Amino acid sequence: MTSVAALMAWPVILPLLGAVLALLVGRPGVRLVAGVASVATLMASSMLAWEVAHQGVLHQSIGGWGAPLGIEWRADGLAALMLLTIALVGPLISVHALDHFGDREDREFLPLWLFVWCALNALVLSADAFNLYVTLELTTLAAVALIAVRRDLPGLDAGLRYLLFALPGSLCYLLGIALLYGAHATLDVGTLAQRVQPGPVTWVAAGLVTVGLCLKTPLFPLHVWLPPTYTGAPTPVTALLSALISKGSFYVLLRLWLEVFAPVMDAQVGQLLGVLGAVAVLWGSALALSQTQLKRVVAYSSVAQIGYMFLVFPMATSGARAGAIYLVVSHAAAKASMFVAVGNIHQAVGITALGGVQGLAYRMPFTFLAMALGGISLIGIPPSGGFIAKWLLLNEAIGTRQWWWALVLLVGSLMAAAYVFRILRGSFLPLPPGVTVRSIPLGNELAPLALALIALVLGLVPWFPLDLLAIGASR
Amino acid sequence: MNPWVLYALSGVALFSVGLVGLFSHQHVVKRILASNITGSGVLLVLVALARRVPSGPPDPVPHALVLTGIVVSVSSTALGVALARRMARLQAQATHLPEHEPRSDGEGP
Repeated sequence: MTSVAALMAWPVILPLLGAVLALLVGRPGVRLVAGVASVATLMASSMLAWEVAHQGVLHQSIGGWGAPLGIEWRADGLAALMLLTIALVGPLISVHALDHFGDREDREFLPLWLFVWCALNALVLSADAFNLYVTLELTTLAAVALIAVRRDLPGLDAGLRYLLFALPGSLCYLLGIALLYGAHATLDVGTLAQRVQPGPVTWVAAGLVTVGLCLKTPLFPLHVWLPPTYTGAPTPVTALLSALISKGSFYVLLRLWLEVFAPVMDAQVGQLLGVLGAVAVLWGSALALSQTQLKRVVAYSSVAQIGYMFLVFPMATSGARAGAIYLVVSHAAAKASMFVAVGNIHQAVGITALGGVQGLAYRMPFTFLAMALGGISLIGIPPSGGFIAKWLLLNEAIGTRQWWWALVLLVGSLMAAAYVFRILRGSFLPLPPGVTVRSIPLGNELAPLALALIALVLGLVPWFPLDLLAIGASR
Repeated sequence: MNPWVLYALSGVALFSVGLVGLFSHQHVVKRILASNITGSGVLLVLVALARRVPSGPPDPVPHALVLTGIVVSVSSTALGVALARRMARLQAQATHLPEHEPRSDGEGP
């Protein structure tokens, strides 16, 4: 094995090994195995990112079979940044999960999360359209098991709902890929990009791929499964779904669209995706504002934040690409922090209504500090990753003379401010009498804060991620 | 019309039938079966594509993809059925023993 092969294989192999070992050792050792696997995968991901930052794009043919026939893996700056995001955000969420679950779920949550991690890393590194389908499905299956990890009715219902929306999504994607293979006789994304021609086959294939991935991400109006699934899943799992798993399908869409479809598609299609994204921003924010359950506010906010990411398609410039990716990363940290904070609040007072936060800012300062910092990134106030992302998108909207997207960004930010402040305002009211606040382990209070700090640091030192994601951007 | 086009079109028809079934039914088992039909449609398209060049041996790559696709489809169907069975059991318990009311949301102590 050459060193490049090893570098690219470890981020996938280590979580897989960890997951299998964690399943085998059972209760006493599961936390130790998962902890070691997480640290090792973080190190492997960082080493790969370091190598990409210094050497440029890395290629690897699995099993030594080259691109037209074999499966190609490719690590560019975007892939490296995604690996780092998953490796930082995921383990912090699982730290929170330790005290959230009982013994049995703990034993099952950790290996399942490692399986999701393995699948996501393989997805990020894959440069083969069919391999992308397999990794998408692996992610879905592991995610469904995670959602149902409690084996209670709401969890099972949410898991099945997710499965039955994700399956047609990946099948649409697969049919699109089959059409592309039929027309161009290749599955390698790079070769496809060279061979596609404008024409009915490409348009139908692009439509199927786009609809399928939008269903999984989800983009308005295909988001109907999201609020019930996010609400029914255990809170740490919701955090994983919103922060990382939904980004997997968006990542595939971004890659295929920018690298393969954009040059041969009519600009109107990009505009249509942008319009749907804009409606998602406004509709998701409006619904987030009208929710009475805390977790649903944060869930609908995800619909809106995903909407912003789709604004990349009508602009399709390298600046807009950077903005959308920056939003993916900072939303991963900020939204994970908010969901984990919501989990802490539920654990402390056992109230799921929005009013349950009353007076808690004084009792759980770290949780609400995290909520506020995460909220700042969602709104896009500096300094935060969300601000940098929206700034980049705003610049491109004006630079490409599509001022209407700028308007969407601004209105969306105002609405985000409204629903974030709605949560924070309640927390500073006096604690209502008769409410007992259970104390939360310190680790659980610090996990969301660490996540929120990642979103904050993304706003303070944007050079490193921005330089990284520019590597291999245009082929 | 080449025979492979006919097969590919039947695959597309199966795919569409499956999709309609998936989104028009409420019953979980029917929806799992519908997703299975959708998947079979896609696989049939892939099998047909292998014959798109009429002369010479069929293209082996789509066949390899179909094998992988079948494995994925079996696993997802099995997972869906397992979840549906567990859900049915819990629902039956909930109706017989009203004191074990399921929580209405994912949260709890």
